[in-house]
Amino acid sequence: MKHGKWPLIGTFLVPPVLLYVFFVVSPYLQAFQISTTDWLGYSAEANPVGLANFKTLWHDDYVWNALKNNVILLALVPVLTIVLGLFFATMLAMGGRKGSAGVTGVRGGALYRTVYFFPQVLSVVIIALLWKEVYHPNQGLLTSALHGLGLSAPTWLGDPATAFWCVLAVMVWSNVGFYVVLFGAAMSAVPREIYEAVLLDGASRFTTLRRVTLPLLWDTVQVAWVYLAIFALDGFILVQLMTNGGPNFSTDVIGVRMYDTAFGSETKFGYASAIGVVMFFLTLSVAVLSLRIGRRERIEYA
Amino acid sequence: MTTVDKPTAPLVVGRDRPVRRELGVANTLSHGFLLLWGLLTVLPLLWMFISSFKTNGEILADPWGLPGALHLDNWARAWTSAHIGRYFLNSLVVVAGSVSLTMLMGATAAYVFARYEFRGRQVVYYLFVGGLMFPVFLALVPLFFVVRNVGLFNTWLGLILVYAAYSLPFTVFFLTAFFRTLPTSVAEAALVDGCGHFRLFFRVMLPMARPGLISVAIFNFLSHWNQFLLPQVLLQGDESKWMLAQGLFALSVSQGYAGDYARLFAGLSIAVLPVLAVYVAFQRQVQAGLTAGQLK
Repeated sequence: MKHGKWPLIGTFLVPPVLLYVFFVVSPYLQAFQISTTDWLGYSAEANPVGLANFKTLWHDDYVWNALKNNVILLALVPVLTIVLGLFFATMLAMGGRKGSAGVTGVRGGALYRTVYFFPQVLSVVIIALLWKEVYHPNQGLLTSALHGLGLSAPTWLGDPATAFWCVLAVMVWSNVGFYVVLFGAAMSAVPREIYEAVLLDGASRFTTLRRVTLPLLWDTVQVAWVYLAIFALDGFILVQLMTNGGPNFSTDVIGVRMYDTAFGSETKFGYASAIGVVMFFLTLSVAVLSLRIGRRERIEYA
Repeated sequence: MTTVDKPTAPLVVGRDRPVRRELGVANTLSHGFLLLWGLLTVLPLLWMFISSFKTNGEILADPWGLPGALHLDNWARAWTSAHIGRYFLNSLVVVAGSVSLTMLMGATAAYVFARYEFRGRQVVYYLFVGGLMFPVFLALVPLFFVVRNVGLFNTWLGLILVYAAYSLPFTVFFLTAFFRTLPTSVAEAALVDGCGHFRLFFRVMLPMARPGLISVAIFNFLSHWNQFLLPQVLLQGDESKWMLAQGLFALSVSQGYAGDYARLFAGLSIAVLPVLAVYVAFQRQVQAGLTAGQLK
């Protein structure tokens, strides 16, 4: 394959590289530079201010409040999603154990997987707007159900005490199905004999999950953890559309802070980029840390 | 491998019965949990569809009830008065453009990475794949100006180019791996027979790569169709050019004043249907594509 390969390499590679460098690489590089200026965006002036933006950031209570919410999301969303995902994936893969007949999948497993995956293909916008209606304090699905049972209902997204948890629930709801499918695919690679041996040994389902399935799926769980951690540090669209950070900043997240700083009433692009840079390093360290901490010996099926 | 802590009990045939009964209970239990989550997933969507056929009065009086009659006028109102129809078509145009461009550029670049040796190949490849790891929000502010400075702000072409650029990392990553799996013998035979490099790509390699191309195209279709952040930043002006997601958001905001819930539910349903249709038709590819491509 030697003759005349250069014309092809040129025509095939140059346009995508140009497009990519122009719209993806250059903005990322610029972001770091803008974060060290006092640029207000639409004005031509951008004075270098060194690390002043980062200093302001350090004393910005709104940013700290948003960060606190992100940290709570980071602690809860991955754990809840992974536990539920593993639980349902196990049920689907092995729910149908039949005594000595061995380990079989539950009936209708394919249908369950199809349905669970629905939220994953829907736009976050639709999920956010739909759940906003589900949480509606008057005619929402939840409120009217509670009223129907003769109970009183909170105002969900309207109350600073409950709003954050309502958003968190939607995050878990929209993610679980994807991880059921992901874990299910990993489980189908585990040799069936292992489970049958465990079953014959009389291990309970919970023991099986904790001592056999989880260690065997560790790699996949770790990947899931990183995805979900990145998701929990973002959470921007869902929050912006459902509550826009309110009420009283109870659901604020860093993404919303950044967006408001850049495109809100004041266009502090320099400061917004500084928030972006901090988010970038946070995301990166969380990803690296979770890969480090989770490192274990690889298991290969003989 | 982990060890199982309990000593192995010999399997006694007579024990089979109680074991089976216990498992029967467990089966019912597991079905119960599975069913519960299934309901939890479907219920909000079902509620949305059903509410889209009710009158506003019915929605307010009885959120759980069924519609007295099928009020298709809600859908008509959403399609025309809320301009969901226009936004829908706008999205269709942009997504058709961006998915085609992504696939063309992604496939050609991936093919070069997978099949040709040249200096700096690794560097360029990692430049592309590195884009998988960076969160979009960091680029958001400068991207706004990059797009504005070349006169593409508030244009569909701008969106198409940006969607394609941001989809390249995954597309290239996935397709490079895919092209590598294709047999080299076919390509070599074709070259020996005097087939040119370009013809080889379009006539031999692309048709062979069809399954991989379809998976990635579906993945890109869903992610472009569901895009919200980029149009919100890059298409701020002229309402008539908006994407579906922006239109739905505006509809949700205006609904707060107008109180036309039925129209909102109809608008949401219109947006959900094509995505669900694509999903149900291509389930396996969608699940494979998304589980491989979640690194976005």
